Amino acid sequence: MKPDSTARQLSSTPPSPHAGPPQPGMRPAGPPLPGRYKRYATWMIFIVVLVACSIHTDATPYQLIVGLPEMGKLLGEMFPPDWSYLPTIWKPMLETIQIAIVGTTLGAILAIPVALLCAYNVMPRKLISLPMRTILNLVRTIPDLLFASIFVAVFGIGPFAGMLALLFFSFGIIAKLTFEAIEAIDPGPLEAMTAVGASRIQVIAFGVVPQALPYFVSYLLYTFEVNVRAASVLGLVGAGGIGLLLDRSLGLFRYDRTSIIILLTLVIVLAIDYGSNLLRRKLL
Amino acid sequence: MNDPTLRRPVGSRLRLWAIAILLIIIYIWAFRGMQFEGLQGTAKSVSVAILNGFLHPDWSYVYIPEGEDLLRGLLDTLVISILGTFVSAFVCLPFAFWASSNMTRLRPLSGSGKFVLSVIRVFPEMIVAILFIKAVGPGSFAGVLALGIHSIGMLAKLFSETIESVDHGPQEALVACGANRLQVIFFAVLPQVIPQFLSYSLYRFEINIRSATTLGLVGAGGIGTPLLFALQMRNWNRVGVILLGIVVLIILTDLISGWLRKRIV
Repeated sequence: MKPDSTARQLSSTPPSPHAGPPQPGMRPAGPPLPGRYKRYATWMIFIVVLVACSIHTDATPYQLIVGLPEMGKLLGEMFPPDWSYLPTIWKPMLETIQIAIVGTTLGAILAIPVALLCAYNVMPRKLISLPMRTILNLVRTIPDLLFASIFVAVFGIGPFAGMLALLFFSFGIIAKLTFEAIEAIDPGPLEAMTAVGASRIQVIAFGVVPQALPYFVSYLLYTFEVNVRAASVLGLVGAGGIGLLLDRSLGLFRYDRTSIIILLTLVIVLAIDYGSNLLRRKLL
Repeated sequence: MNDPTLRRPVGSRLRLWAIAILLIIIYIWAFRGMQFEGLQGTAKSVSVAILNGFLHPDWSYVYIPEGEDLLRGLLDTLVISILGTFVSAFVCLPFAFWASSNMTRLRPLSGSGKFVLSVIRVFPEMIVAILFIKAVGPGSFAGVLALGIHSIGMLAKLFSETIESVDHGPQEALVACGANRLQVIFFAVLPQVIPQFLSYSLYRFEINIRSATTLGLVGAGGIGTPLLFALQMRNWNRVGVILLGIVVLIILTDLISGWLRKRIV
């Protein structure tokens, strides 16, 4: 046990019965002195890092206060929303959802074999699972907008590039979460099946998949929610969807149009969140 | 197996079929939207150039004594995400108490808190960033504010769930001794939830550093701005080295925050 964590635990446990009610300024079950110094040191380092960071970015409350009226003005220009713009944004909005659906689904399909290959209890040979995991980690470090901007360069401007970006992005997330779920499944049925002479494929199909499927579907829905949000900004780099119009309306200072786009995105995202929560509760 | 009692009732079977057909229709509609217009005429040469750029990163960009270089951009990104996480971890505390249902007897109150949080969560960081850029001008500060405000939604939700799961014993004991509301929060609730708070904040930090790398695409500071320039100029060697830097930075921060989290919990 490390001294710091014991100190933290001691100080964070609710007051023990024999110590009486806690009083400010008095520390009944206080940590030993060295632990306390260590905690002070931790706080000092924390504060120093924070101050250094704020100096680095010139982040001062003054700047924020000066900027607030500017933001208020911006919000003022957003209202009332330009409702006549609604028919124009309807199609790109649907395209955003299409991008999210196709990207998430294809990514999830790709993730299935990879997740199986990554899980130690399905693929005990580290020669295969370790490189797979490394690739997964690399894919997950790259943000979706980066993928999108690279794919736009290769495939041209349009929803296809955005779909590919989300495909890779969801592949990384779903494969990682699923292989962790696979590793946590009950080994009993697998052993029983191996004992009666089932082949490797049969063990996976009848032992692993039924146990891991609910988790997989739940992660798929979760990623879909994340992707709808991501798809709504992909257009900023030219990868299709509503983001393109968002960028245009901001560039033309038509904030009344910006606000209607944001409102519609809000409604769609809330609706999809609600629907996928409903579905998840049914499935799990 | 042909025992009719073992079969699902007709109603639920019909519903299953309806859901399946609905899903198929949605998928057909979605895939029809992705017209694949073939590769760009330049796709092959661009792909080769990208691969070439990634294999031969522009090492000279890593450190330039004067002016913008990779290390400074990465430092900027790191600083933005540290400050953004700190801002959100601080600001979201009142929101978390507002949204947790066991801190108040009024149900609509916590319900409204939850609704506000989900509205905050809906706005992508990029949009929040654009709004703040209009307010405080382009640069790191706008990025910090964007990350800070956006993270409140998620962080406060997780925090409020933690608060809802605390042990009620200490709280009731304090109330019985005549403690007031603030004292109850300080001595019964906070000590129980602080380790979870720290762990969630670290987790949020990991997410924020990923977002911070792309905030620069809209002008909110960090490594994203030079990356955008490099992408627009098709300078793939530079894109390669920046991507490499991002990957290294994210892996390092993941390792460090994972280690810290293990010590906290």
